[in-house]
Amino acid sequence: MSSWLDYTINGLIVGNVYALVAVGLALIFGVSRLINFAQGSIYLVGAYIGWVAVVQLHTPLPLTIIVVAAAAAIVGLIIERFGLRPLQNSVRIAPLLATIGISFVLDQLVMLTFSPNPRALPSQLPDVRFQVGGGTIGPLDLLIAGVGLTSALLLFVFLRYSKLGWAVRAASQDRDAAMQMGVDVNRVNQAVFGIAAALGGVSGMLVGMYYNQIDTAMSLQATLKGVVAEVVGGAGNVPGAVIGSLLLGLVESYGVAVFGTSYRNLFAFLLLVVVLVLRPNGLFASARQAPPEPLTGTFIAPSRPVRIPRWALLLAAASFAVLPFFPVSFYVLQTLINAWLLGMLALSLTLVAGTMGQVSLGHAALLAIGAYTSALLSLTLNVPVGLAIIAGGLMSAALGTLLISPSFRLRGHYVSIATLAIGEIVSLVILNWESVTRGPIGISGIPPLSLFGYDLISPTAIYWFSFAVMVVLALLQGRLLSSHLGRSFRAIRDDDIAARAYGLSLNRYKSLAFIFGGFAAGVSGGIAAHLYSYINHETFNTQQSILALTVVILGGLGNVVGAILGAVALVGLPEVFRIAAEYRILIYGIVLLLLVRFRPQGLLGTI
Amino acid sequence: MAEQSGMLSLRGLTRRFGGLTAVDAIDLDLAKGELISIIGPNGAGKTTLFNLVTGLDRPDAGNVSFEGQDITGLSPERLAAEGIARTFQLGRVFGNLSVMDNVLIGAHTRLRAVKPAVPVIGPLLELGLALLRPSSVKAEEERLREEVKAVLARFGERLLPRIDQPAYSLSYANRRRVEIARALALKPRLLLLDEPTAGMNPTETAEMQALVAELKAEGLTILLIEHKLEMVMRLSDRVIVMDEGKKIAEGPGEQVRTDPKVIEAYLGHGLSGTAEQESAA
Repeated sequence: MSSWLDYTINGLIVGNVYALVAVGLALIFGVSRLINFAQGSIYLVGAYIGWVAVVQLHTPLPLTIIVVAAAAAIVGLIIERFGLRPLQNSVRIAPLLATIGISFVLDQLVMLTFSPNPRALPSQLPDVRFQVGGGTIGPLDLLIAGVGLTSALLLFVFLRYSKLGWAVRAASQDRDAAMQMGVDVNRVNQAVFGIAAALGGVSGMLVGMYYNQIDTAMSLQATLKGVVAEVVGGAGNVPGAVIGSLLLGLVESYGVAVFGTSYRNLFAFLLLVVVLVLRPNGLFASARQAPPEPLTGTFIAPSRPVRIPRWALLLAAASFAVLPFFPVSFYVLQTLINAWLLGMLALSLTLVAGTMGQVSLGHAALLAIGAYTSALLSLTLNVPVGLAIIAGGLMSAALGTLLISPSFRLRGHYVSIATLAIGEIVSLVILNWESVTRGPIGISGIPPLSLFGYDLISPTAIYWFSFAVMVVLALLQGRLLSSHLGRSFRAIRDDDIAARAYGLSLNRYKSLAFIFGGFAAGVSGGIAAHLYSYINHETFNTQQSILALTVVILGGLGNVVGAILGAVALVGLPEVFRIAAEYRILIYGIVLLLLVRFRPQGLLGTI
Repeated sequence: MAEQSGMLSLRGLTRRFGGLTAVDAIDLDLAKGELISIIGPNGAGKTTLFNLVTGLDRPDAGNVSFEGQDITGLSPERLAAEGIARTFQLGRVFGNLSVMDNVLIGAHTRLRAVKPAVPVIGPLLELGLALLRPSSVKAEEERLREEVKAVLARFGERLLPRIDQPAYSLSYANRRRVEIARALALKPRLLLLDEPTAGMNPTETAEMQALVAELKAEGLTILLIEHKLEMVMRLSDRVIVMDEGKKIAEGPGEQVRTDPKVIEAYLGHGLSGTAEQESAA
């Protein structure tokens, strides 16, 4: 009985922390219809600024809170001014991609500055517990509750009684009308980003104190939790975000009470998926809304793709095919093998995100499904490796499509959230389903690549194998794009309402795109498993999903040749310039940002 | 006669948005081969009515029947397969698709060889056939491409020279033409045109009017939303006037034109008091 009270208190406290993140997300969504994927990075920055203040500058607690809020607000203002304002008139996909890029850049900057090792963040409060009913509560719990309530009150007063607050509310109800009435939308955006960042930063600091530990993995988790809470409450709905956060905190806390700690996140993401499927406008939205305005052709940047003559493609393919006959180093072959594996993933993502317009942020999950299937089949059932890889592809196609199918009726940013959550769910299931996946230990001793009984161990053989598989997948995809399915996919991407009015079923064609794309990604994961010989639940992570997305944008959305070119460029160029591994993710993030800003159609153009 | 060959009939069709009744108990009967125009001031509920008929929105009350079959609340993709095609008020072409591909999408419901009607595994067969492309699939695609060229030829030299250009690069009027071509490629039994001449100059409007007259002469059943009254008077068998969701008048064009309620709706409600007094005097 008393422990239930403890779990309730814990749920409400954690919910309070989520609320600080979610309210910021809701404010931003209200004004600019944007889900800010960089919110978690600001939370991370807040935690580390708090660490600097407490541990190095020894500031007292009230001053620490003020310093963190002010510094985080400045980061928020910089993001708004330099990251997003230049994209105001761009295609809808641009700000979404920009916040993803900003998030990666910020996380990497924090990691490079403070090292990826966790640090302790002492709470500066006396370590006592008070008895409340049957449970206990500490001073930090009270602080978190106090900060939550004070922020809610301040925000309420700001939105209700200040002129700028009115402008924010006006802009979130009808941006165009507000602009015509003289509301300065740039100032509104600044205010909203500043407030959201201050709340997010303080939240990160409080969580660091609560667990007495901060590390760079906090960022993605915070974004995910904040987005879950916000979507549960109804995107753009500020009071809804608070209630959604408390609900999320309680669901997690009770879930942990019943099933154990490693299930905490699983419950959060399942809650998200259930809400997205049953009430995509949130728990508190009015039941049915008017059909949305047409957004014809504005999702991706229109462009004329660069036409590469067939002979040039053949020549390029032939040169890569004969490359091992020349005296090239193993190092070059190894790099290109990585490029071919990434190329397969990019082919998959460019079909789903580019041709079909479903910007997936959880694509690495498809790699994981293929890798685990292939590894387990060959290891436990002695299935020949070649067949096991194909089975991995098929499993990825089937399972990936099944998992994503509930979100087929979602659009734009919501698809990205859903795929991100599904990716996390896959990774958590792999971690927790020990009887099949061997849980956190991972799978070791995976047999090497082999074909018709011959082991492929030399780099040359592996090179040819992976190159050939990628070329076959690319040719198939090219054939797919030139069929009626290619135009059907693109029609749904450009305008799903008009497409439905002409008989195109969204479920049917989104499924087909995910089946085809899932196969390519699964095969890539399968090959990787046999190359690495060891995999675990972290082998295929969000960083790979974002890398693949950068490759796809670099090559041009939907562009088959572009996906391969992008993979070679992003894998090869850091090697050519001998860039240290820890700077690479940072560079990928910067490349993504520069592309979105200056060449949204990519190198070879969107198709 | 209209009862026997009734194509579309609406009974008590109603749609509310919050406190606003956008479409209020509308009855309508459209016979085969007939052309009815729906006119009325902006916000009268004309486009909402189209959305209800084509399945993009669901009515709160009332029903829609098409060729004697109740189709209320069916999905738009189902209704497209039944032979109902529409164009959109604001123009919804597929911006990144070529003119050819846009119009081919219109023919999507007529694909047979590549879309075998097999339950459950039908979609997988479709994927397989699209990749393998046996001769039947190739022949069907080729035939549809020829048909698309024939449809585009109806627009003279407006679209044919631009057949491979992406739709976003077209002029506004040409995008409207692509939409109509896409609708015609469906070989519709019922065509709903939502302001086909919006934003067109007099020459372009005259061309569009000639095209609609041609389609009517070919026996196509058409429901037309249009603001240009001259075109409405020339083309329509009957005219229906809507205001604030309600049908306020119905009949032959000349009769509707002189109906005091229609004049009131167009002049505005603020003036209606004086208008009535004057007509009484």
